[in-house]
Amino acid sequence: MTGNKAVLTGEHFLSGDLACAEGAIAAGCRFFAGYPITPATEIAERMALRLPEIGGIYVQMEDELASMAAIIGASYAGLKSMTATSGPGFSLMQENIGLAAMTEAPCVVVNVMRGGPSTGQPTKPGQQDVMQARWGSHGDYEIIALSPNSVQEAFDLTVEAFNLSEAYRVPVILLMDETVAHMWEKVVIPPAEEIRLVNRKKPNVPPGEYAPFKPEGEDLVPPMACFGEGYRFHATGLTHDEFGNPKTDSPEAQFQLVSRLCEKIRRNAENIIKTEKVMLDDAEVAVIAYGVVSRSALSAVKKAREKGIKAGLLRLITLWPFPEKQVAELADKAKLIVIPELNYGQMVREVERAAKEASIRFLPKLGENLHTPGEILEVLEAK
Amino acid sequence: MTQNENLAHPMEVFLRKSRIPHIWCSGCGNGIILHSFIQAVKELEMDSDKIAVISGIGCIGRVAGYVNMDSFHTTHGRAIAFATGVKLANPELTVVVISGDGDLFAIGGNHFIHAARRNIDIKVICANNFNYGMTGGQQGPTTPLEAYTTTSPYGNIEHPFNLVSLAAASGATYVARWTTLHVRRLTASIQKMLQKRGFGFIEVISPCPEIYGRRNKMRTGLEMMNWLKKVSVIENFSDPAKAEVSRDRIIIGEFVDMEKPTFESILYQTIKRVQEGKGR
Repeated sequence: MTGNKAVLTGEHFLSGDLACAEGAIAAGCRFFAGYPITPATEIAERMALRLPEIGGIYVQMEDELASMAAIIGASYAGLKSMTATSGPGFSLMQENIGLAAMTEAPCVVVNVMRGGPSTGQPTKPGQQDVMQARWGSHGDYEIIALSPNSVQEAFDLTVEAFNLSEAYRVPVILLMDETVAHMWEKVVIPPAEEIRLVNRKKPNVPPGEYAPFKPEGEDLVPPMACFGEGYRFHATGLTHDEFGNPKTDSPEAQFQLVSRLCEKIRRNAENIIKTEKVMLDDAEVAVIAYGVVSRSALSAVKKAREKGIKAGLLRLITLWPFPEKQVAELADKAKLIVIPELNYGQMVREVERAAKEASIRFLPKLGENLHTPGEILEVLEAK
Repeated sequence: MTQNENLAHPMEVFLRKSRIPHIWCSGCGNGIILHSFIQAVKELEMDSDKIAVISGIGCIGRVAGYVNMDSFHTTHGRAIAFATGVKLANPELTVVVISGDGDLFAIGGNHFIHAARRNIDIKVICANNFNYGMTGGQQGPTTPLEAYTTTSPYGNIEHPFNLVSLAAASGATYVARWTTLHVRRLTASIQKMLQKRGFGFIEVISPCPEIYGRRNKMRTGLEMMNWLKKVSVIENFSDPAKAEVSRDRIIIGEFVDMEKPTFESILYQTIKRVQEGKGR
């Protein structure tokens, strides 16, 4: 441990929820607004305890609509901000996730996925919000979503989520399943100076010349002034021009804005996307998995190898933008792709789209049990 | 000084000229409310760089785009929740929410009562025009009983909110109601609220002749202003629960002006205590 209270450098034994909170603080998060919900409550509890120690703001809002609105407000006022929730709260947040996408507010939303729909199974794991994370708010927009499969990665990917949100001025969703959120593992928190941090681009023009939604550079991302800095700028959820002026009648303005909001993620997809490839070089059968399911999948692949089956694993760390290229490359080589998910068929649809010619086997799982390595192995053996 | 500079409107510096003309109808009270607000800012000689104006959705919601200050036009009902994030992230800012009765008290009602309960230092100015103007005049949480709107074609069957009573009961430390006829009092009241710390609320009864008035026997802005003149009664610091808004009588004035620790002051004291190692 160092004297730095924000970055608890050293080895810890933490749950995924707590590691996520520590990752946020290490990434520079100084504003958390939330509302209690199982299985994400521990993130709020940790933030309530930890943020005051380092001069950060914890506020418990009246609901998730308000939590999401408050973190956008705090982001516009200059703080790195986050909220954390689970399915029912994530549904309420969709309204203002759209506002964050539209007004390009950097912020992080953690959704600890439990079983749905509706109130569902609050204490059980699920991966049923994967499509909601991508398409949950109305209208066309792009988003970034990350999925950790260990407590260490809950820390690492929360840091990464903040960096991506600052770099691309976009809300980033950390999609953690209940199992990862509630399991306890060793976490190594590096020294503060070894943690790479990204901060939003600031304008370098005088206030009179600032266009808050005019992209600068190849990445299509506009520099961001904050309230109180003297720029006196306007932002709106309405379709707007580069100056933030509403353009509700202009087809050109609608096309320019919406296409840029999408393209700033699509064109940078290869810089954003992270996957883990295990024994894929000569794989004839492969598993595509994410979150806690990838741990069973890894076991299954190793057991299959022991039995002489050329099996491999493509683990999706970035869920959105979808790793199309990586999946398509895999489909060119593997005879069979197996997709176990804790839902009734979500990411498998994206895989089918990206891997048109491949033979695909989907393994749904609903309820409290995770896929066992044996269940996945059985399919790999049957190929 | 050139001739053009001589002709500049005295309030021009507070407005985004590129956005004028505004979208509001003839006879609408929103312009008066905007003018009162910037007049108050001007007279107090406040630094416009340190004011953030947040609005929701609706006719008055466009006000955020017109002021030459940092401003955000949020989603419907969420202005106060957004403003909570702004205020806590940068307590140096004067955070003003200007929005309508439907936005603040129907879809946004929960945020209003909780912000008032916390006594966070946010100033709320509500244009109450008794209906949803922007969508063409539907019944809302302040529409008087029996009034005609497009969704109460047989007369409104719902009891309206008494907004000043709601604000007072929820914990607001400054509460007033004026009409757009009472411009000087309204401006003075906004000044007073801007100078106080804590959750402040001013309801401004605002004419909507084009959308609401014409369905309720008041076809012009002048008729609505004459009505306000006829029925308004100033009763400062009377019981807000008895401060009626009806066709025959509108009680206006200040209702609450008290001191109570603000949310952010308690929050920052707590942070200080924790940082000094005296957290618990």
